[in-house]
Amino acid sequence: MTDLILTARMTAHPADSHMIDRFVATGGYSALRKALTELTPEEVKDEVKASNMRGRGGAGFPTGVKWGFLAASEPRYLVVNGDESEPGTFNDRQLMERDPHQLVEGIAISSYALGIGHAFVYIRGEYPRSARRVQRAIEEAYAAGYLGDGILGTDFSLDVTVHLGGGAYICGEETALLNSLEGRRGEPRLKPPFPAVEGLYAKPTIVNNVESISNVPWIVNNSGTSYAAIGPERSAGTKMLSISGHINKPGNHEIIMGMTWRDMIYDLGGGIPDDRALKTWIPGGASAPWFVPEEHLDTILSIDDVAANGSMIGAGAVVVMDETTNVVAAAHRIVRFFAHESCGQCTPCREGTRWLEDVLKRILDGRGRPEDIDLLLDISDNISPGLSWPPAMTTICPLGPSAVSPVTSITRWFLPEIEAMIAGGGDSDG
Amino acid sequence: MSSPISAWSHASQERVQTILDSYPEPRSAIMPLLYIASLEHDRVSPEAMRQVAELTGVTPAQVASVASFYTMFKRDGVGEYLVSVCTSISCFLRGADDVLEVVEDATGARRGETSSDGTFTVEHVECIGSCGGAPAVQVNYELIEGVSTDNGRKLVAWLKDTKPQVVLADEMQQLFGGSRSFDWGGPEPEGAIAPVPAFGPYGSSGEGR
Repeated sequence: MTDLILTARMTAHPADSHMIDRFVATGGYSALRKALTELTPEEVKDEVKASNMRGRGGAGFPTGVKWGFLAASEPRYLVVNGDESEPGTFNDRQLMERDPHQLVEGIAISSYALGIGHAFVYIRGEYPRSARRVQRAIEEAYAAGYLGDGILGTDFSLDVTVHLGGGAYICGEETALLNSLEGRRGEPRLKPPFPAVEGLYAKPTIVNNVESISNVPWIVNNSGTSYAAIGPERSAGTKMLSISGHINKPGNHEIIMGMTWRDMIYDLGGGIPDDRALKTWIPGGASAPWFVPEEHLDTILSIDDVAANGSMIGAGAVVVMDETTNVVAAAHRIVRFFAHESCGQCTPCREGTRWLEDVLKRILDGRGRPEDIDLLLDISDNISPGLSWPPAMTTICPLGPSAVSPVTSITRWFLPEIEAMIAGGGDSDG
Repeated sequence: MSSPISAWSHASQERVQTILDSYPEPRSAIMPLLYIASLEHDRVSPEAMRQVAELTGVTPAQVASVASFYTMFKRDGVGEYLVSVCTSISCFLRGADDVLEVVEDATGARRGETSSDGTFTVEHVECIGSCGGAPAVQVNYELIEGVSTDNGRKLVAWLKDTKPQVVLADEMQQLFGGSRSFDWGGPEPEGAIAPVPAFGPYGSSGEGR
């Protein structure tokens, strides 16, 4: 294990890693000073591009490449996506609450590189502690001259505004987030135009995840090539994994990708409580198709290996389910989430997710019909034609297709269990 | 010209200007101003939406379209304590449905309802990012992780008995919480004064009212 990047400070100084004195005493804001006084904006962009870091919000698009798309007209904006809401994910929350200055320093460096004078941090409304800590860090940074006018005596100036969400998962989708930040309903926009050309207030905008931006200070201090050298070639750097469910050591772990899922669950995660058998797990949040021990324990935990096996790392949420789990109830719980969070713009998603929820519920309630399995797959196919991976879409954004993942997962891996439940009159736990 | 919010507290009125100044376009202030307005009106009332519309230069209908999209803008009003029990997948796997039931029994309010004395509103919520400390509960959006059924019951009894003016996550976690998603670091002196997220710029215990 190399030294940790994102969690080093909070691990060494659990009591006060969020305070500016600790941050500065442990090397904080040295990367900002280096960027502003020794590097041109182009050179900073080159380092981030050389890092090969892939965006940590879920889509896995290389951050440096995304930055290259930013249109030249002014003003331009940086928007940091802290609307972490994918069930199973809580790693951005830890980064915001335990090392908010690392994020603020990343924002300042990124804004310098991109020629941006106003950055926003969109934090979900249910994270008041995250918002307080990031806001306090911003205020401390202004007072110490790391934000505001003429930062560190240069002619670079930056304002940062924290914006609180209102309880809508869909605002994690970048164009819905921009609508929300503009004071509108959080409905995703058609792309193109992409935000890098027409984003916030129809101006060029970069939207990056909290974890992505938090990596930037390390990259500037240690070079992009050093970051690229960590881990598998196309999964460079470290990744924050959130582990939850039936696992002995739930929590966030900063890992270097390339281990097997067996090592992740039984070593890093400490195995299953009471040594119960592993039944299935979700490798990348509620939107991701599930893995099963017979097929995937020796699959490599990397962005590309997981994708090649029909699922995704996403934002890094691993949800483990043991042998006692009623998979229909678990799938229903996830589908219910997407039905609740559908913004309602697109018919296949608005209607389809609700149908999936209702059919799964009636199976759980003992009113299932033998034809319900075909019905579930037919509805799914209307939301995501072909039921392939990555999913085809009939919708503006991927929320609808995400609701299909738990359905196709249980019909693929646990069909006899569903059939038995339909034949046997349901299960009252759902 | 008379201000649409001359009846608001001095602190709220000051915050309005700071918030409007922090965005390039006033419409962006709608969501923050809805939080402040709901502190002033105890809910996002039609009057609150009219005031926010006037402050941001849009129509009341446009503000209503925003307010109705997000679950945290409570147009119908809620009790003094909004108890939100997460029942999404990770909390579900760790017994959250049982926690929700004891909270309903102890408060006398079913999910989505307010108790007859107006003290509690109970809701089940989708994932609140506390999966490593499941099951998780929030009171006025202040978090408690690792809540057993026994402690869920005790939490409600404590709220009834002590009627805290300020709800503090650290205090509730200490009294009624279990294992957490991660070490929170601390201490954290700011807490919630109402069923609105305790975020200083929009109003919280740390800033007065």
